[in-house]
Amino acid sequence: MLQTLSSTTPPVIESGNQTKTRARVSRDDRNTAGHPFVDKPRMSCRDVNVYYGDKKAINSVSIDIAENEVLAMIGPSGCGKSTFLRCLNRMNDTIAICRVDGTIKLDDQDIYDKKIDVVPLRAQVGMVFQKPNPFPKSIYENVAYGPRIHGLADAKTELDAIVERSLIKAGLWDEVKDRLDQPGTGLSGGQQQRLCIARAIAVGPEVILMDEPCSALDPIATATIEELISELKLQYTIVIVTHNMQQAARVSQRTAYFHLGDLLEVGQTDKLFTRPSHQLTEDYITGRFG
Amino acid sequence: MSTEKTMHIVQRGLGKRYRQEKIFKLMGLSAILFSLAFLVFLFSSIFLNGYKAFYQTAVSIDIFFDPAVLEVKDPASANYNGLIKESLRNAFPEVKKRKQKKNLYGLVSTSASFHLRDMVLADPGLVGQTKTIWLLADDDVDMLMKSYIDRDLPQADRRMNDLEISWVDKLIAEGRVTSRFNIGFFTNGDSREPESAGIMGAAMGSMYMLAITLALAFPIGIGAAIYLEEFAVKNRLTDIIEVNINNLAAVPSIVFGLLGLAVFLNFFELPRSAPLVGGLVLFLMTLPTIIITGRVALQSVPPSIREAALGIGASKMQAVFHHVLPLAMPGMLTGTIIGMARALGESAPLLMIGMVAFIVDIPTGITDPATALPVQIYLWADSPERAFVERTSAAIMVLLTFLILMNGTAVYLRSKFERRW
Repeated sequence: MLQTLSSTTPPVIESGNQTKTRARVSRDDRNTAGHPFVDKPRMSCRDVNVYYGDKKAINSVSIDIAENEVLAMIGPSGCGKSTFLRCLNRMNDTIAICRVDGTIKLDDQDIYDKKIDVVPLRAQVGMVFQKPNPFPKSIYENVAYGPRIHGLADAKTELDAIVERSLIKAGLWDEVKDRLDQPGTGLSGGQQQRLCIARAIAVGPEVILMDEPCSALDPIATATIEELISELKLQYTIVIVTHNMQQAARVSQRTAYFHLGDLLEVGQTDKLFTRPSHQLTEDYITGRFG
Repeated sequence: MSTEKTMHIVQRGLGKRYRQEKIFKLMGLSAILFSLAFLVFLFSSIFLNGYKAFYQTAVSIDIFFDPAVLEVKDPASANYNGLIKESLRNAFPEVKKRKQKKNLYGLVSTSASFHLRDMVLADPGLVGQTKTIWLLADDDVDMLMKSYIDRDLPQADRRMNDLEISWVDKLIAEGRVTSRFNIGFFTNGDSREPESAGIMGAAMGSMYMLAITLALAFPIGIGAAIYLEEFAVKNRLTDIIEVNINNLAAVPSIVFGLLGLAVFLNFFELPRSAPLVGGLVLFLMTLPTIIITGRVALQSVPPSIREAALGIGASKMQAVFHHVLPLAMPGMLTGTIIGMARALGESAPLLMIGMVAFIVDIPTGITDPATALPVQIYLWADSPERAFVERTSAAIMVLLTFLILMNGTAVYLRSKFERRW
C-alpha cells in the first residue's frame, strides 16, 4: 500500500461509498491511529513535543514524510498543525519562548542536533507562508535573493537562468517575464503567492512546507496554486497545512489529522476522508465541529 | 417590540448623536485655530522684532590716511582710531568741548578702526590719500535711524542728547548716512558692540557640536536599537535596560550637562567651552531618543518580511540588514533628525560645560572655545543694549530656519524612502 503513495492520481471521495463504518478508535484515545510511518522516509519525526513557555502545544507527535508525496495536515484552529510544520525547518527558533524536544530527521540527519546549522537546513526545507509576503523589491530580486545569498550562481547569466527556471516552475513566467523589474508587491494576491513559491524553489529545496498557502486567495487563484502543487510534487516533497478539507482531498496523498496538540490519525487521503478510524477525525471531517 | 417602535426610538436619538458629532468637530477645529493663532503670534512677534537687524546703518566719513600716523614700524598697530577721530573733528569743526568731542567720536563704531586697518594692510598705497569711506555707525545711531530712540522724549530720558541727534541730522542732510544689508551679522563672531556682533561663531560652534553628536549618536543608537530589537534575548536584564533607556530619555537635559561637567571636564580633563564636550553631552542626551525611535521603526516592519527572509535560509544578520533595516530606515532617519533638532535647540546642558562664555573668535576646530546658537540667544537676551533685542530675535529666526530645514529634511526623507508592502 505504501508503495502507491507517490502515485499522482488524485484521491477521490466517492459519496456513494460512504457506508458508515463504525469508528474503531474512541474519542478519548490520544494515540495516533492509521499509518504514520513509511518505508523510506524523507523526514521522520519521533516523539516531538513543543512548548510555548509552560504551555505544551504539541504532544508527542511521531510521523514520517515520504519522498515526493504531498502530506496534508488538517485540524481545527489551534490544534498545533502550523506549529508542527514550523518545527520541520526550525522556524520556531525565532520564537524565544518556544522549545522543541524529540527528534526530527531529514535524510537520517537530526535537524535539532547542535551541530546542524539552520541556514543550509532552511535552504533544503523551504517554506511558503499563509499570507503572500514578497519582499518590497522587484520580481527578479525576490527570486534571485535566495540563490544570491547562498552563492548558487557565479555569473549574472546563471542567476538569470535560475530566476527564469523558478518562475517557470511556479507557473508565473508568462505573466511576469516582461516586467521582472517591477515590484513584487504590485502583483495580485495569487501571483504574489506563486512568486513566493518561486522564491522558495529558487534555492533548490528538497522539501517545501506550505502554511495555509491559499487561505488569503480567491477560488481561481487557489485552483492555480493547487495545480501547481500537483506539478511540484513530482520533484519535491510537500507538506501543506490547510483548513480546507476539499483542498486536502484534492492535492494530498496522505493526510494527518491534528487535534489539540495530538496527532490523532494519519492515513491515505482517500481512506482518511471516507473511512476514518478515529471518532474525532470523523466528527471533524463530517463537520460536527471545527 | 415592533419595527415601527424601534425606528421611532432611533429617530428620537438621532438628533442628539449628530449634535454630539458636530460639537466634537467644532472643538477640534477651534483647538487647531487656537494653536495656529499662537504660532502666528509667536512668529510675527519674532519677525517684527528682528527683521531690522538684517539692515545696519553706516556713515561715510572723509578719512585722510595720514602718513605721520601710519608710517610706523608695524602698520598693523598704528593708531587708526586717531584717524577716525581726526576726520570726525574735521567734519564737525564747531565741536570744541572735551566731553562733546567724546560724544562725537561715539557716532562711529569702535570696530571701524579694524576696518581701516584691514584696508591699509590690503592696500598700502592708500597712505597719504583722502578717501570717503563708509564706516559702521554706532548702535545708538542705528537705533535712532530705526526709530527706536524717541526724539520727543526729554533729553535726559534717551540714549542720545539733542546735540548728538543734530549731528546725525546733519550727516543725513549731507547724504552721509545709509542703511545696508548687515553682512557682519552672518560673518562676525560675538562682540560687546551690538553693531559688530554676529552669529557666525555660535553657528560654527553649533555645527561642530552637531557633527560630533551625529557621528556618535547615529551609528551607536541605530546599532543599539537593532541589537535590542532583533538579537538580544528577552530576559530580565534586557527589560531593565529597556526601562532605563526610557528613563534616560526623560531625564532633564541639564542633568546631562552636570554629567558632562563631572566626567568629561573634571575626570577626562577635556577642554572647557569646547564643541567636543558639547557634542559628547548632546550625544548622551540624544542617544535614548534615537534608540527608542529606532526600535519603534524596527517593530513596525511586518514580521512576515523577517520570516520570508529566514524561510529561504538567510541568516539572522542577512534578514535584518537586507530586508528589515531598509524598511525601518525612514523611521530611523526621522527619529535621528528630530533628535538632532532637539540637540540644536538645547542650551541648558551647555551652560554646565562652559559654553556660555563670551567668545569673540570664530571656532576653527572641535577643541576651540565656542558657544552655540541657543546660548548666543540667551547671552544677547541678557544684554542691556537696545540693539541686542533685535539681534536676539534675528538669531532666533536663524535658529528656527535651521530647525525648520532639519524637520523638512526629515519629512522629505520619510516620504522618499518609505516603501509600501
